[in-house]
Amino acid sequence: MAELLEQVRSARAAGDCQRLTDLVPYARLIGMRFEPCPEGEGLCIRLPYRDDLIGRPGSGSLHGGLLGAFLEHGAIMQILWEGQSCYLPRIINFHVDYLRRGAQETTYATVEIRRQGRRVANVHASAWQSEPQRPIAAARGHFLLTPPEGSDGI
Amino acid sequence: MTAETDNGAGIGLEHARRLFRGSPHGALIGLELVELGDDHLIARVPYRPELIGNPETGHIHGGVITTLIDQSCGAAVLMATGPAERIVTLDLRVDHLRPAAAGRDVYARCECYRLAGEVAFARAVAYEDDPAEPFATSMSAFMRLREGVGRG
Repeated sequence: MAELLEQVRSARAAGDCQRLTDLVPYARLIGMRFEPCPEGEGLCIRLPYRDDLIGRPGSGSLHGGLLGAFLEHGAIMQILWEGQSCYLPRIINFHVDYLRRGAQETTYATVEIRRQGRRVANVHASAWQSEPQRPIAAARGHFLLTPPEGSDGI
Repeated sequence: MTAETDNGAGIGLEHARRLFRGSPHGALIGLELVELGDDHLIARVPYRPELIGNPETGHIHGGVITTLIDQSCGAAVLMATGPAERIVTLDLRVDHLRPAAAGRDVYARCECYRLAGEVAFARAVAYEDDPAEPFATSMSAFMRLREGVGRG
């Protein structure tokens, strides 16, 4: 656990959120990007369009499961970036509402940590494309912040 | 559970197979159809280092499980509606009971347990060996998009 958290801490200390991009293999596979927000502070969480993100052949729409995955990973990295967790947050549950189809363009995530206690964080996240006020998916979830109990426990 | 079996649903079965084989994103993560029963469907994602969410433990990313479940539940609903219909996911909830074992392929067993006029409801368990010992459970709802019927 230490290595990844160490890398997040050093990226934060350097104010270089682009370093978060390559930390997790799955996020690298789908091509997620972490960048400084153009306006103000914080993380800009972005998923550039690629043909292999499409769900059904010929639909031209992003895979629904992928949009959930994007929001979930955005939430985890936001918790780490804000620096309150001493461990990699472990997902307890995640509930995604699908509002509009995901078009063939860049998708962004906005993550709000509604409550962060010692053991658990409650996070709301939404995905949007060209217009931030027209989300394509919205999710909420809980993440465990405690040390892992061993291979078996959550 | 390793052979793709036929539930005798004919066109519905072929449609489900096409959905899995033809999905560009399904191909990226290695999603494959394993079994089609009369009332359920089983799909799998083989373990690969590229799917890891926790580099220290080797656990697969929760998002991979979400994608496996979303696609499989959608296909289970299409088995119930017939291939002529289009559906969209309204919402999907996944409870992660424990991490999926590192290094193991992950399976989802899905069923459409209620097909109403406008909406279909599906549930799923995700597991390594035994559906009775899942590492994740899920509930989802799908909107049916039929000819002449608008969305939502």
